[in-house]
Amino acid sequence: MSGRLADWTKGEAAVTYQTCNSCGHVQYFHCAFCAACGESDPREQRASGKGRVYATSLVCRAATPETRAHVPYNILLVDCAEGFRMMAHGDNGLAIGDSVVVSFKPFAGKLVPFFTKDT
Amino acid sequence: MSFITGVGLTPFGKHEGSSSLDLMSQAAQAALDDAGLKRSDIDGILCGYSTVSPHIMLATVFAEHFGIRPSYAHAVQVGGATGLAMTMLAHHLVTSGVARNVLVVAGENRLTGQSRDASIQALAQVGHPDYEVPLGPTIPAYYGLVANRYMHEYGVTEEDLAEFAVLMRAHACTHPGAQFHDPITVADVMASKPVAMPLKLLDCCPVSDGGAAFVVSRERTGEAGVRIRGCAQAHTHQHVTAAPALSELGAEISIARAKKATGLAISDVRYAAIYDSFTITLAMLLEDLGLAGRGEAAARVRSGHFSRDGAMPLNTHGGLLSYGHCGVGGAMAHLVEAHLQMTGRAASRQVRDASIALLHGDGGVLSSHVSMFLERVR
Repeated sequence: MSGRLADWTKGEAAVTYQTCNSCGHVQYFHCAFCAACGESDPREQRASGKGRVYATSLVCRAATPETRAHVPYNILLVDCAEGFRMMAHGDNGLAIGDSVVVSFKPFAGKLVPFFTKDT
Repeated sequence: MSFITGVGLTPFGKHEGSSSLDLMSQAAQAALDDAGLKRSDIDGILCGYSTVSPHIMLATVFAEHFGIRPSYAHAVQVGGATGLAMTMLAHHLVTSGVARNVLVVAGENRLTGQSRDASIQALAQVGHPDYEVPLGPTIPAYYGLVANRYMHEYGVTEEDLAEFAVLMRAHACTHPGAQFHDPITVADVMASKPVAMPLKLLDCCPVSDGGAAFVVSRERTGEAGVRIRGCAQAHTHQHVTAAPALSELGAEISIARAKKATGLAISDVRYAAIYDSFTITLAMLLEDLGLAGRGEAAARVRSGHFSRDGAMPLNTHGGLLSYGHCGVGGAMAHLVEAHLQMTGRAASRQVRDASIALLHGDGGVLSSHVSMFLERVR
């Protein structure tokens, strides 16, 4: 298996994804095999960070002191240009269908992907 | 064949000083009494989980506590679908001859046994530990995302969703065991505190203490018979990030399988017991199951279709939204109420005809689904 590219879940300001060398399936959750066909060692790449908003939910009631400090924060599902969907934060005014681009912001002790309108 | 021979349900709300085992025991005793069975008649136990008192062997902890030495016992965990998943397993256990009488039980002091923050935080862990949970989502946020998309695709409004909260509250007002008895209006729902938009406080089920149980048996123990006609499951994903398109969710798959297994159609159904963790959950499931056309469920609520006297009475005890939600026992209350309706024991809530009931449970974020048909036999 090839070495893993660091992404935001590892503290790096990056979004990564995997593509299956056999069936071409694209996946966001890092895995040693393709979740569609089982082929091992899918190819790992950094994503462009561009995408479209699939859904939003503005969180106004958080459950921990660390997250409560950020309320309200907007949780998004973003359909990324490379063909995978990811959860992230984003500007409060974003709506379904908006073209967005990623940046990274500290949140509750971690660096998290934060999308803003792609102008 | 399998029959639900007895049901037991505690009031939901605050049970100060009661443990999860206490609430399980109360419900189990009520179910045994209702079935006319003794502890020694029970040879199988299936139980849910307790977030307040997690244990790797809850079924045997309960069996020892309650005084049963079953030949088959374990816990089941499928989130909100657990109650119906246990019922489905009990059905297969008794029909295949593994057990004669299976006690299905769950209870949790989720309201008084831990803080609301602890409950919200525990439940949020159904999210992906690396890719979702660090973003601080809550269960309402996962469903808020789904709601936002569903409203966008099918033209459903926040006022539409509010109708389901109002209906469940109206039903809860007629059940003495419900957690909430104050009627609410669409305006009240709209004005309630934002939780995870578009979901507001009154779009969300509460956290409750409570317990529920039933006995699934190979043979009837009384005159009134409620038979499990057939059931099916579907599991399409765990995390909302990995969920399929709205048109490919598991409810449609599990109901199609259940219809095929039973030979029944939605037009045969006279009573509906549908999972309602949030208003959006109920709206979507009603439409996924075919109990309303796409985007039309709210209009059917407004026209009285799902009311006690309507064509398709729904969750006449008030559902998770207003009877309450104590974890696994929460959705089991839907089955208890269906049983009372089918056996003519629902008092002032009694519907005209509950000869065939459709039950549906959902766990995770519309991840795990169980559909089940119950039939009254004379």
